[in-house]
Amino acid sequence: MIKYVINRLLNMIPVIFALTFVVFTIMYFTPGDPTAVILGNEYSEEASQQLKQELGLDKPFLVQFFNYVGNLVRGDFGMSYITRAPVSEQLFGRFPNTFKVVIGAMIFCVGLGVPIGVFSGTKPYSFLSNVTMIIGLLGVSLPIFWLGLLLILLFSVKLGWLPSSGIDGFSSLILPSIALGANYMANIMRTTRSSMLEVIRQDYIRTAKAKGVSSRNVVRKHALKNAMMPTITVIGMNIGALLGGVVLTETVFSIPGTGRLLVESINKRDTPSVLGCLVIMALCVAISNLIVDLIYAYIDPRIKAQYSGGRGE
Amino acid sequence: MTENTLNKKYTTKKEFFKQYKKKSRLQEIWQRFLKNKLAVVGLVLFTLIVLVAIFAPLIADYDNDAIKLNIPKRLTPPNSEHIFGTDEMGRDIFARIVHGARISLMVGLSSVLIALLIGGAFGAIAGFFGGKIDNVIMRSMDVFLCLPDVLLALAIVAAFGTSLVNMTIAIGLSFTPKFSRVVRSAVMSVRGIEYIEAARAIGATNKRIISHHVLINCIGPIIVQVTLYVANAILTISALSFIGLGIQAPTPEWGNMLASGRAFMRDNAYIVMAPGFAIFITILSLNLLGDGLRDALDPRLKQ
Repeated sequence: MIKYVINRLLNMIPVIFALTFVVFTIMYFTPGDPTAVILGNEYSEEASQQLKQELGLDKPFLVQFFNYVGNLVRGDFGMSYITRAPVSEQLFGRFPNTFKVVIGAMIFCVGLGVPIGVFSGTKPYSFLSNVTMIIGLLGVSLPIFWLGLLLILLFSVKLGWLPSSGIDGFSSLILPSIALGANYMANIMRTTRSSMLEVIRQDYIRTAKAKGVSSRNVVRKHALKNAMMPTITVIGMNIGALLGGVVLTETVFSIPGTGRLLVESINKRDTPSVLGCLVIMALCVAISNLIVDLIYAYIDPRIKAQYSGGRGE
Repeated sequence: MTENTLNKKYTTKKEFFKQYKKKSRLQEIWQRFLKNKLAVVGLVLFTLIVLVAIFAPLIADYDNDAIKLNIPKRLTPPNSEHIFGTDEMGRDIFARIVHGARISLMVGLSSVLIALLIGGAFGAIAGFFGGKIDNVIMRSMDVFLCLPDVLLALAIVAAFGTSLVNMTIAIGLSFTPKFSRVVRSAVMSVRGIEYIEAARAIGATNKRIISHHVLINCIGPIIVQVTLYVANAILTISALSFIGLGIQAPTPEWGNMLASGRAFMRDNAYIVMAPGFAIFITILSLNLLGDGLRDALDPRLKQ
């Protein structure tokens, strides 16, 4: 198992490196002179040249890239063009807010999606199962930002129960989590339901029933673990989309998080901040993919066996 | 004797054999599709949206209703003249939605076409040749999969500006890795089948085998993905416009209508209803259509 984890961690390095290269290249070719952005009204030919030298912008592309990566490894994301403060300060100041929203959405969509999916998979023709199917179908098609606006209209403006913006306290997390998670909840629910339907027809379930296992235990001990594989895949695939959706959720609910920082930095042409946000988010996706793979390996003994010399542990 | 009975019922040989004639594969798929009510609803809805987009100039006046400011009439709630009301500039929301459909569909379809052409080419090569080529192509595609596609599109738009063309390219490129995966797996499933071997045996070149035999047999799963990704692309455009990095203000687009209406929604909730619903219905119709096509094309997958 440790071998597997190390293997996966090592695999992550070239991916992150290559991705940094891609994003850096895209940003490098941004038209316009960054020194003009930094200097603003104080712009002059001389000052521009001097600043370029200071920031290393006069060096060739590859030298700039490796400087950036070198600093990145040491946790230095460069200096913001606008605030002239280190980008890392902004990033780490804002990241906790994003993290809270994403975790809230995860809890919402896994906590609701999986149980409902399991339930409607075991009782496929019940009224509740049909209702969840319809909700699932509609939920997958709901745009995050519209749902966010509707939630604000209903729960903040009309009922006045929950705050519509900001991020202080638990109550302000509820609406953003629902808005961000609804899509994926519907997705997880649908996947769990259909894989549960699939598993429940298998021979080993019939065997378990035949030998007198109670139906609750059949679901809990025999069906669930097998039915979870596709669900975990879907959860893993959705983590990336969830992090992408954060940009929208943070815009709708005016949450000062990484996503909002990204949009603000793009508008201000603050390239180092944009780069920092993108690298941090990619790192998050990579780490969460790793976690999902570990859960996978934990559940599926075949994957574990592959990495322990085929002999199993 | 047998010949006589044959003649009584069927006047010609052709008619006799008609009863044994196998339905074509396309007919079978179509019939399976029609049996799925939700899929038909999706098809009808999407056709309607396409028709609205095509005939938009006939339905609503672009310059006078969708673009021109009409301040005295600003924020009129829905009434018989303006069925969805007017926005904060007094423009008719219905007219703006009708014309917004054009942009959404245009960007949606063309960005998926870009993704399909580029991603499809890489995917087909990777899947068909396998081995080292496959490894190199798919590893580099995996790199992009680490960045959520909205963010990748954002990065491209950030670097090159927010014109309509840039957005289409940005969204197309951000979907490319996913299409290469889809096409690759479809090609791999076809690659080992006998007719490919037969084609090679009679001396067909690789290029011909890929274009005439492999791709044509992969078309099912690809069409399904195209449908679902057009929905995704339309969502991405409106998302980008919503955060202010997509289609810019006077041009009607569903996402930027929501963004500009947001400031006024506390007292005029209707202002965010229609544009959001337009996005929702479009995505829903494409999702239904895509799911229906998947079930019709491959009944084994039906859940």
